[in-house]
Amino acid sequence: MDFNNVKQGIIELIRKAETELPSDVIKSLKKAYDVEVDVAKTQIKAILDNIELAKKSKRPMCQDTGIQTFFVDIGVDFPFLGEIENLIIEAVKDATKSIPLRPNTVDPFTGKNHNDNTGDFLPYITWNFTKGNNVQITSLPKGGGSENMSKLGMLKPGVGIEGVKNFIVDEVINAAGNPCPPTVIGVGIGGGADLALKLGKKSLLRPIGIRHQDKQISLIEEELIKRINESGIGPMGLGGKTTVLDVHIEKAHRHPASLPVGLVVQCWANRRANIIINSDGKWRVK
Amino acid sequence: MEYHFDLPIDEEKIKKLNIGDILYLSGDIFTARDEAHHMMLAKDKKSIPFNPSKMGLFHCGPLMRKVNKEWHVISAGPTTSSRMEIFEDKFLEKFGIKIIIGKGGMGNKTKSALKKNNAIYTAYTGGAGALAAEKIQKVISVLWLEKLGMPEAVWIFNVKEFGPLVVAMDSKGNSLYK
Repeated sequence: MDFNNVKQGIIELIRKAETELPSDVIKSLKKAYDVEVDVAKTQIKAILDNIELAKKSKRPMCQDTGIQTFFVDIGVDFPFLGEIENLIIEAVKDATKSIPLRPNTVDPFTGKNHNDNTGDFLPYITWNFTKGNNVQITSLPKGGGSENMSKLGMLKPGVGIEGVKNFIVDEVINAAGNPCPPTVIGVGIGGGADLALKLGKKSLLRPIGIRHQDKQISLIEEELIKRINESGIGPMGLGGKTTVLDVHIEKAHRHPASLPVGLVVQCWANRRANIIINSDGKWRVK
Repeated sequence: MEYHFDLPIDEEKIKKLNIGDILYLSGDIFTARDEAHHMMLAKDKKSIPFNPSKMGLFHCGPLMRKVNKEWHVISAGPTTSSRMEIFEDKFLEKFGIKIIIGKGGMGNKTKSALKKNNAIYTAYTGGAGALAAEKIQKVISVLWLEKLGMPEAVWIFNVKEFGPLVVAMDSKGNSLYK
């Protein structure tokens, strides 16, 4: 296998995620443009103009190119299982120079920037083993401004699902204009503290407008979208009808004593892209 | 109302701006995030090698690229302004800032400081980094790059028709943020 070629594929994956938004996100922003007026409309227009310019000029749409985050579905029969992690790390270093990306990895103790978007535990890679011999990698570069508004609620089970809904609505309203609304809200309910947040982040991979398969959960998603958008926070917190583009919920079973709610806030730039790498090293970015 | 102003901006023009007005700025602006605020507040004003009062203050950590010893802007939208709330009243006072460019809004301390110093806070669309970079004509200089790193360093840009900026907090104590 030509490892250098696979690395180039992963660089293209990162470039695609940083410079082009998925069509479902663009479609929902265009819908927001149609319903907004005045200042709110100017904000959505700037976002849409920016998306077009970034794609055309192949430059990152936002200066915050995020923490490099990858979800890997790796077939257990893929012949080079042990190579993928290193290829991702090397691709991130290379992409930092070649795309370029803003160096976003800082040591919490010394304040020193690692300058290549790698460092302890970064890039952040989540592994999922599957059947088969292919690898699928999803890139989800995650910006700091929206991540700062994420929250963990260790609620008392007695508050029930109504309490969960109120927690989500209150926190998104408290975040106001800070996370670059209109946002996408990912919520993980159940599990332990870490699993709830993980599910919240993973739910951002679901395209905008796709509801949870469970009817009851899908109705709660719709109710939350409506309640949050009625707050009037609007694009960039300057007032308007669109505060969230979508709310995605995922659930895990929970401990009888715990009701964890992981709330992950994502800015309008819900950047994601995929690559499939075959066992012979051929790749395709989409 | 829509206005097109040059920097430095005079006191009378600041006074007549109201929340909801749209502004396009031409002239020099400088970037400052958490670290730069902290550092500039600690320094003697005379040791600052540029004149902040003549420029717009841009809450931004840009993505830059050096080609043949020259810096170019790749993407440069605003960063979250509320992080600077702990410094901004002192910063406005010390450096005589008249115009802030950021996103997401600021708190009551800054609101009072804007009123006291006849200054305004304007919002540029968050995440619109490619669009903002198009309006930056020239990178004039960079300060403290070694020490602070690319996002936190102070970058001085010359901009043309930089906007649309929404006057989100005016000099009379009004704010668009709830």
